[in-house]
Order: sequence, then C-alpha cells, then structure tokens
Amino acid sequence: MCLGVPGKVIAVDGLMATVDFWGVRKQIRLEVVDETVQPGDYILNHVGYAIRRIPPGEIDATLALYEELLRHAEQDDLMAADVRGEIAGAGDDQQ
Amino acid sequence: MTSSNGGFAELKFRDPARARALSATLERLLGEIGRAPVSVMHVCGSHEQAIAKFGLRAALPRALNVIMGPGCPVCITDVPEVDEGVALARQGVRIATYGDMVKVPGTVLSLADVQAEGGKVDVVYSVAQAVELARTIAEPLVFFATGFETTAVATAAAVLQNPPPNLFVLSAHKYIPPVMEIVAEMPDTRVEGFLAAGHAATITGWGVFEPFVERHKLPVVVAGFEPLDILAGLVKLVELIGAGTASVENMYPRCVTKEGNLRAQEQLWNVFRPIGGRWRGIAHVPNGNLRLRDEWAHLDARKQFDIDVNSLWDSAPPTLIQDCICGDIMAGIKSPTDCALFGEQCVPHSPVGACMVSSEGTCKIWHQYGGHPDLGGYGGAVCAR
Ligand code: SF4
Repeated sequence: MCLGVPGKVIAVDGLMATVDFWGVRKQIRLEVVDETVQPGDYILNHVGYAIRRIPPGEIDATLALYEELLRHAEQDDLMAADVRGEIAGAGDDQQ
Repeated sequence: MTSSNGGFAELKFRDPARARALSATLERLLGEIGRAPVSVMHVCGSHEQAIAKFGLRAALPRALNVIMGPGCPVCITDVPEVDEGVALARQGVRIATYGDMVKVPGTVLSLADVQAEGGKVDVVYSVAQAVELARTIAEPLVFFATGFETTAVATAAAVLQNPPPNLFVLSAHKYIPPVMEIVAEMPDTRVEGFLAAGHAATITGWGVFEPFVERHKLPVVVAGFEPLDILAGLVKLVELIGAGTASVENMYPRCVTKEGNLRAQEQLWNVFRPIGGRWRGIAHVPNGNLRLRDEWAHLDARKQFDIDVNSLWDSAPPTLIQDCICGDIMAGIKSPTDCALFGEQCVPHSPVGACMVSSEGTCKIWHQYGGHPDLGGYGGAVCAR
C-alpha cells in the first residue's frame, strides 16, 4: 500500500484528473497534491489521490520500476499485485 | 569481483554496472567499519517486497543485516482494533475495508469469519470506493481505515469532501515517525540506522526525522523503491554509520522534499490527531495512532456506534496464534524463519498471523520470494523467483 503508482495526466476538470496508467484510465482526485497539475504531467497516485507531481526530469527513473513489475512479473507476484490493486482502486473513468 | 557478484547476473537492475559499483562501495564501507553485523532497519512493506523480489539480500555484503521493522500497516493494526471492526460487523453493521484487513485475525475472529457467518463486509481498494458505495446504499457503512500517513491522508481528504451521511470512519491509521523512536529504544533490536520509506516521507517531508536523529543519534536515510534506490540508500546509511554521523539524508529527492507535502499535512492534521496506542506486537507507541478529531465526531464510528467487543472474548482464541512471533519480527528481533509455523502450519492461503496475511507482511513476502536473512553475501544464490 505504500508503493503508489505513477500515471500520466490526460485531462483535468477542477479537482479531478483523468490519469492513464499503462492504458487504464482512471479518475484521480487532486485535493492532496501540492502543485498545479496539467495534462501531460505525471503524478504519483496513492489510493485514488495524487500525492505528488513527479518532476519532469525524473519521470523515466520513476516509471522504470513499474514497467518491470507490470510487464515481467508473474500473475501472482505480490508487488505487481499491489500495483494493479492501486490502479484498480482509483476512481473509475467516467468518460 | 566480490563474492556477492554472482547474485547480480540474475538480478534485473536497470543499470547492472551501477548496482555492482554500489555493492562494491558497500563492501568497502563495511570493511572500513570492520565489525559485523552492522544492522539497519527499514520500515516499509514495499521496501521489503523490493528487497525480496529483486533478491537484494543475496547481493548485499554478509556483514550488513537489513531488517524489516514495523512497516506493514495491516500487521501492526492491533488485535483490539480488528476486534472493533469484527464486533461492528457482527452487530449487523456493514463494513468496508482494504482486502488484507479482512483476513487479519482479531482475538477470536477475522472479518472474513464474520463474512462467512453472513456479516456484511465489502473489500475496497480506496476510501473513494467506500464513499461511492455509501452513496449507493441507504444503510450505514463503516470504513475501517488502516494504513500509514500516505493512506491516512486520503481518508482525511475524503472526510473533508462532505462524504454521504451514512459513511462513518473507524480509524486504525498509524503514524510512522513515533514508532521509530520506540524501536530505536528496544534493547534487543540494536539497529544502527534507519531507511525511511520514500512515499510516507513524500507527505511528511524528510525534516520530520530531524528531532529523532537528534534524540537518538542514529542516522536516517530516505530511499525510493527501485533496487538501485535501495542500494544507494544503504550505501549512504552505512557511510553515515561508519563516519559516526547522525543526520538525515534524502536519497529520494524526486519525490521527497524537506517540508513534504504541506497541503496534505494540513488535511491530515485537520482530520486526525495523534494519540498513544498499541501497535500489534510492538508496544504502546505514544502519538503512533491517528484518531478523528472531535470536530468529526459525527463521522467517528467509535462515537456513533456502541461497539461491543466484550462479546467476542467469550470463545477461546485459536491455539496456533500463541506460537506466532509476528511481534518480534516487526520489532526486528526475529525473522520469519525463526517461527516454527513458517511455511508449515502458517502459509499464505491459511495464515496464522497477520504477517502472513498482508502483501506487505514480512512472512508473506518471504514465503513468496524465498528471502532469507542469512543470504547477505551468499554467492550466486538469488532468492528472487
Ligand atoms: S510465519 Fe505465521 S505464525 Fe509465524 S510469525 Fe509469521 S505470521 Fe506468525
């Protein structure tokens, strides 16, 4: 539950953002994040809330771990399951 | 080439050369310290997952002992807290909580047991899902809220967003910085430094550890979750231990600042107040539990329901649980393999203790990835998969 998951902001509507997590689009709340978030930004999502806007220069380094987990881990892998759970737990995309 | 390099061949480091260099640096620093073991503790289930998954212990010098402390929020949720959720569910109140919480045993029963008896227990991945569920039903819904500050801040934000009137919060949220004080003082633990969890520190900022460092003269390094992040964090930590420098170092600047997320902290402390309370298996932790402030009494399940936990204590607790050493594991005194039940009577599909239930529990992580405490410097044997 501590890991969170990064995603790319597609659209922002007030305090709600549509965020893409490896092809899965979710509604993420923006009440907690402490910077303005715009389409194209990457955020770190934790249980449905963006907790951090990832600095642009750090995106690749941040995504690397998750790429590894989501692409290569086996179905029952604990860490990958937690990341998938984070994605599943975000608000469903209403679009 | 050091003895540990055999492990790297199979490890999926993004940059194997850098990993090797970091490991060699660790080996050199430990050699300079010249005694073993040097024990450090991390306090994060995700760190343990990464260490076990990527077989990091196999790549670490033998002299370095990396212990998982009380970093699993499900595991440290205390038995009486689970009992409160269980009692409410048995009283017919609908409960929503995170999946792992359902299976965690209370004194006698888990929420899963109550569900099997016909109790209404819903698994949610987030507080937002609990809010959505409450909106679609007429009956009261109690969100049994667990997790550290990263998760508590989401609960806080939901509380501040006018949740539907049938939603209540049973908070078992915990706050990490105070428990580090307790573990640092435990005579048997003998930890020389802490690796702090990157994402909890995203909220609190690394500055939150300064008073701790000042009081206990132990270094704290904030680290990220990639194998390389963890290795780099360990190098910094051992460097500080070797130099006898007690300071806080931030090795995860891409997510963590000194002040942290002030907006998140404001919401957290508007909704919660820290109070003392027990962490399962650890001790009473002053300021370690987060409870709703009085302004939110109308949402507080403890204030709005008569929770009858006494009725649960009529039946005897299951016998195996008495042999569970989860508490000692979370205090950093023992390892899962010290438990006679590990992998025998206690396995993930039939867990005895909380540490085998949660995906962040040390026992479950070790069971899946086959991690072992003595693998430091164990040439060639990679415990990941
Ligand atoms: S293996 Fe099971 S019984 Fe033993 S300490 Fe871990 S959770 Fe407890």
